[in-house]
Amino acid sequence: MSDTTIRTAERIELLIADTSEGAQELKHRNVTGRDELGRELGSVLRIDGLTLDPNSIDFDRNDDETMIINMGPSHPSTHGVLRIMLELDGEFVLRSKTVIGYLHTGMEKTGEALSYVQGGTNVTRMDYLSPVINELSYSLAVEKLLGIEVPERATWIRMMMSELNRISSHLVWMATNGMDVGSTSMMIYGLRERELILAFFEKTAGLRMNLNYVRPGGVAADLPDGWQDDVQVICDTIYARTFEYDTLLTGQPIFRQRMIGVAPISAEEALALGVTGPLLRSTGVAWDLRRTMPYLAYDKVDFDVIVGTYGDNFDRYAIRLNEIRESIRIVRQCLEMMPSGDYRSQDPKVTPPPRARINESMEALIHHFKLFTEGFHVPVGEVYSAVESPRGELGCYIVSDGGPKPYRIHVRAPSFVNLQAVPLLMRGGSVSDTITVISTVDPVMGEVDR
Amino acid sequence: MALEDLQHNFLTGQIEDLVRWARRASVWPASFGLACCAIEMMAAGAADFDLSRFGMEVFRNSPRQADLMIVAGRVSQKMAPVLRQVYDQMMEPKWVISMGVCASSGGMFNNYAIVQGVDQIVPVDVYAPGCPPSPETLMHAILTLHEQIRTGEIMKRRAEGRPTHIEASNNLWTPEVPVAVRIGTPK
Amino acid sequence: MISLSADAPADVITSEAMATDIACFPTPSQYLKLVESFKNDGFEMCVDLCGVDYLEHFDRPLPEGVVATRFEVVVNLLSLSKKRRVRIRVQAGNDHAEVDSLFSVYPGTEAMEREAFDFFGILFAGHPELTRILMPEDWEGHPLRKDYGIGKVPVQFKHAPGPR
Repeated sequence: MSDTTIRTAERIELLIADTSEGAQELKHRNVTGRDELGRELGSVLRIDGLTLDPNSIDFDRNDDETMIINMGPSHPSTHGVLRIMLELDGEFVLRSKTVIGYLHTGMEKTGEALSYVQGGTNVTRMDYLSPVINELSYSLAVEKLLGIEVPERATWIRMMMSELNRISSHLVWMATNGMDVGSTSMMIYGLRERELILAFFEKTAGLRMNLNYVRPGGVAADLPDGWQDDVQVICDTIYARTFEYDTLLTGQPIFRQRMIGVAPISAEEALALGVTGPLLRSTGVAWDLRRTMPYLAYDKVDFDVIVGTYGDNFDRYAIRLNEIRESIRIVRQCLEMMPSGDYRSQDPKVTPPPRARINESMEALIHHFKLFTEGFHVPVGEVYSAVESPRGELGCYIVSDGGPKPYRIHVRAPSFVNLQAVPLLMRGGSVSDTITVISTVDPVMGEVDR
Repeated sequence: MALEDLQHNFLTGQIEDLVRWARRASVWPASFGLACCAIEMMAAGAADFDLSRFGMEVFRNSPRQADLMIVAGRVSQKMAPVLRQVYDQMMEPKWVISMGVCASSGGMFNNYAIVQGVDQIVPVDVYAPGCPPSPETLMHAILTLHEQIRTGEIMKRRAEGRPTHIEASNNLWTPEVPVAVRIGTPK
Repeated sequence: MISLSADAPADVITSEAMATDIACFPTPSQYLKLVESFKNDGFEMCVDLCGVDYLEHFDRPLPEGVVATRFEVVVNLLSLSKKRRVRIRVQAGNDHAEVDSLFSVYPGTEAMEREAFDFFGILFAGHPELTRILMPEDWEGHPLRKDYGIGKVPVQFKHAPGPR
């Protein structure tokens, strides 16, 4: 062996050592135990009636026939830094394993160092496609601990912004899903529509994304003048364009062939894995927290919960497309029924005084100062509060020790739990189906890794 | 053919200028979107803030075919070696834009999990602040980079191995003057 | 008042006074059986499992008869048919925290238990593969423990390092 060959081999080992996951790597069948093999084959279900038939696992398969390849963390599928190890037989996936943690930001630890007012800025960056809904979940949890009431107008504003955010998140999903399946024009259309909503967000909150808008006690600022016209334009435009997407994708044979019948999941498997959101609704279980455990004012508006039948990719696509239409319906009702009043609670413990008063009164200045440097104290207790995000149930568990900062904040991220279904969904499909599977499960790595 | 016919049909220039023009007119970014900034990067490539007018709408998936790595998002400890490997695979000349405050300095996450600034791993040419920077900010950063490529400053800096606008003889730290802040506007 | 089903273990302490939702406080030995009884009682989904380190808030309010330990595992269950939630808090232990794994009852807790192990060092007996999930494989320490610092780096104003 020449000198260069030895150095190349060492160099490759060093490169692999840098980025490998050690014991978690997928290994060839002859070194993987029987239980491990059964588990990796997606048979994570050991509940009666659902265990995978052990005869269908090919333990003695010759190693030469299968290939272990690695997808990611930097890969063309536009869903963030997710790494998947696949064992392939030609083009078909035998088993797979996901590796996450490439975007771990220590947000739960950071949350313990930030006050309750600043906590929203931290939580909003977890699921960066639906920041308002993250903040909503956190604010509802803090308000439950505080025991304060939020005025009606603030509730309706929150509801309208959440639904607009749901529309924009589903539009990004339609865009990236379209691109993963192959239609680049869908990417442009989805992002173009989303710009309308982001322009409205910028007008209201000052930022396009990661707006620190929903805070404990209400919202940060009132809706701008003329917001009814803006929202009307958004609703009408996007509603009309959803029918264009139908023309582009829903009836189109290539799209249908790639999505219908691919990666089905049954209701029992979904419930056992703790899956929520469109992934669960595609199996036929009509569980949407906005309807079954209503929060904000969802019991006062009229909307349908979209449910699928087969649990395959096409059902999940259709659910999200129709959820855009349902959200537009809710936004239109908010437009008509928006009450007048305060946009945040007047409770002095939580709300700073109006900015103009700071110049006049010393007490107002001190109050403002205390609230923004130290923050308000929250009574001792713990709470778990959940909302329906575009990906599923987004829950926030806060433990308070009576201080101005949360003692422990844990966010139950829907994508983190939904990703457990991915090995099950990928099994038996082809490599091109892996892309569509990741796409329709819709993970947002910010909240998976937190 | 008589020489009179060639009057208006050719132009002269330095080869360097032509090469720089070609380099800045078709910078192909490698897709390295990590977090929230990646969505704004996608929005910058979409219809409203079109990157295609600069020749940059092709986000190459293979780093070997890319010139520019836009590090969009927070870089965690687990992702850092992967980032370096992707950067090493790119061919010269290559540039790095650090998009967003998390990539530039760790952003709001000053903790155990995030690398405090991607310039600890790869050399960065332009920093774009914002959380996330709006597509207009990203385009300004890209145009700044184009301007540096056009004037040749960036290659000069590489050759000398240090920032050109800090005097070599003066060992005192001098505050940096922002480079090419104004593009096309009269000074 | 939540009524535990017949096959729940006896003497499990429950309390309604803890902020929201009903909370149960089984001992580690009653834990798995209690969760199984909830599963049979119609709580189809385990929504969340996380750990808490009470090192700095050791004297938290707990009902009578519950012996507080440093680590706690908090499980939230959801019943779709009854539209109810229930919370279970187990006192996991002080230095070597260990509880039973819920993987056999709810396979969806696999990733959540790995996260609790990764961040707190709580061991789950019976989990098929208890390895780190979010931190790098060779990381030392359990970041979300209270005696593990946040790792703040003092902000340095450095001029740009030379390229390459």
